[in-house]
Amino acid sequence: MIELQNVAMSYGGSELLSEMTLKLVPGSFHFLTGPSGAGKTTFLKLCYAELLPSAGQLSLFGSDVRGLGRDEIAGLRQRIGVVHQDCQFLDHLSVAENVALPLNATGRNVNEGELRELLSWVGLRAQAEALPPQLSGGERQRAALARAVMMSPDVILADEPTGNLDWEMSLRLLSLLIELNKMGKTVVIATHDLNLIRTAKKEVAARVLRIANRHLQLAGADL
Amino acid sequence: MRVALAFLRGDLSAAGRVVPPTGFTARLTLLTAAAMAFLAVFALALSLATGRLADRWSEALARSATIRISAPAEQMQAQVQAVLGVLSTTPGIASYRPLEPEEMKALLGPWFGPDLPVDSLPLPQLIEVTETAKGIDAEGLRLRLAAEVPGAVLDDHTRWRRPLVAAAERLRMLGLLSLVLIGGAMAGMITLAAQAALAANGQVIRVLRLVGARDAFIAKAFVRRFTLRGLAGAALGTGAGMIAIALLPATDEAGAFLTGLGFAGAGWLWPLVIPPLAAVVAYGATRAAALRMLKGIR
Repeated sequence: MIELQNVAMSYGGSELLSEMTLKLVPGSFHFLTGPSGAGKTTFLKLCYAELLPSAGQLSLFGSDVRGLGRDEIAGLRQRIGVVHQDCQFLDHLSVAENVALPLNATGRNVNEGELRELLSWVGLRAQAEALPPQLSGGERQRAALARAVMMSPDVILADEPTGNLDWEMSLRLLSLLIELNKMGKTVVIATHDLNLIRTAKKEVAARVLRIANRHLQLAGADL
Repeated sequence: MRVALAFLRGDLSAAGRVVPPTGFTARLTLLTAAAMAFLAVFALALSLATGRLADRWSEALARSATIRISAPAEQMQAQVQAVLGVLSTTPGIASYRPLEPEEMKALLGPWFGPDLPVDSLPLPQLIEVTETAKGIDAEGLRLRLAAEVPGAVLDDHTRWRRPLVAAAERLRMLGLLSLVLIGGAMAGMITLAAQAALAANGQVIRVLRLVGARDAFIAKAFVRRFTLRGLAGAALGTGAGMIAIALLPATDEAGAFLTGLGFAGAGWLWPLVIPPLAAVVAYGATRAAALRMLKGIR
C-alpha cells in the first residue's frame, strides 16, 4: 500500500534521504528508528504526501504521489491516520468534536455511540467535553490517536507518539496501536525508544527500520 | 438562489464551526461593509439624480427659444413678417409661431393682474421658436436679424443649459465610477481581513488538511463567514443610507435643481441591490484569498 522505489528527499540541495526502497504491506507493523534529525519525520511526511520525493518513485495505495491532485491527497489522508509528537487540534472545539473532525470535515455523519466507544477505548470518556488545551500530554496523544483512527484508516503513522509520555502511558498507547494492528491496520511508529520496541516485539511481529547515513535499512534481530 | 440560501444557512454546520469565532475582525469587516454600502447609496443617489437632471435639462433644451420684437405699433406687423421670413429660411428650426394676445396676457397676468388691457399697451411681440435636435446657429441668426429686423432680439434662454447638461452627465459618470471604486475598495478590505483570518488560523487549516478535508470544505468555512459579514454589514449601511436620504429636507421644483439628491419612485429599489452585490464581492474576495493560501499548504 505504500511503496518506495529508490526514493530520495533533499532539502535545499543537500540530500537527507536517498535510495530508499521499501514496501509496506497491509497488516504489517514497523518501527522506524534512527538518531534525531536523521529524517524519520521526513520519511513519514513522504508517506502521507505532505512532502513530495525529490527523486524516485513513491506510490501510495497504488498511485504515484506526483500525479495526485489536492483533492486526491485529501482522499488519501482519509485512509491514513497520522499522530504527531506535538499533535494539533482545533482548540475551540471539545475533545469529542476534535475526534469526530475527520468525519465532519468530509461530510459524513457521526455515530454518537461509536464516538463514545472510541473515547472509552482511549480512556478519554470523562474528558469528552474538555477543550484540547486542558488535556495533559498523554491525553493529547490518545486524543490524536482516536482522531487518527476515527475514519477507520488502512494505515496509521505515528511520529514519536510517546516522546512526551512517561513509561506507563507509553505502554498504554503502544497497546492501543498493537490492538489496531491486530485489527488489520498497517502501523508505522517512528521512535528512538528502544525499550518500547523491545516491549512491542514480545506481542507483535514488528520489524524495525533504521535510518542511518541517509539510507533506510531493515534492522536485524539485534534488539 | 436555493444554493445560495443553503450556503448561508449552513453556518451552524461543520464547516462553520471549524473556524474559531473572531470578535474583533468580525466587527471590523461588518463595519467596513456597512460604511462602504452607506457611501454606495449616496454614489447611487448621485448617479440617479444627475441622470434625472440631465434628462430634464436635455428635454428643456428641445423647447423653445424666443424672439422679441420691439417696434412702434405701425411697424410691428411688417417686422413680424420680416422675422417670420428670416425664420422660414433658417436651418435647425422645427417650428415657430407668434404668441397670441391671449397668451401674452396669461404670461403677464401674474405681474399686472388679470385686467390688463394688453391691446392698449406697447408690448413687444414674442415669437416662440422650437429648435430641432441639431439646434440653430444662434450667432448667425442673431446677425441676420440685426441686419434685416433691427428691433428683433433672439433670446435663446435654453443655451445656458447645454454645459450644465454636460456637467450633469459628467457627474453621473463620476457617480458610477465611485460605485466601482467603492466595490473595489470593499473587495480589497475584505481580502485583507480574510487573509488576516486565514493567517491567524494556520493551525486550523493544517489540522483540517491532515484529517483529509478538501480545499473546498476549508475555503467554505471562511468564505461563508465573510460573505455573511459582508451581506449583513452592507444591509445595515444601505438601510442607514436610505434613511439618511429619505430624511433630506424636501425641496421644491426649483430647489431640486441643486439638492435633488435622492431616489424617485422605483429608483428606491436600486439601493436594495447593494447588499447582495456586497455579498458577491465578499464571496469572491474571500474565496480567492482562501484558495491562494491553501495552495501553500499540502
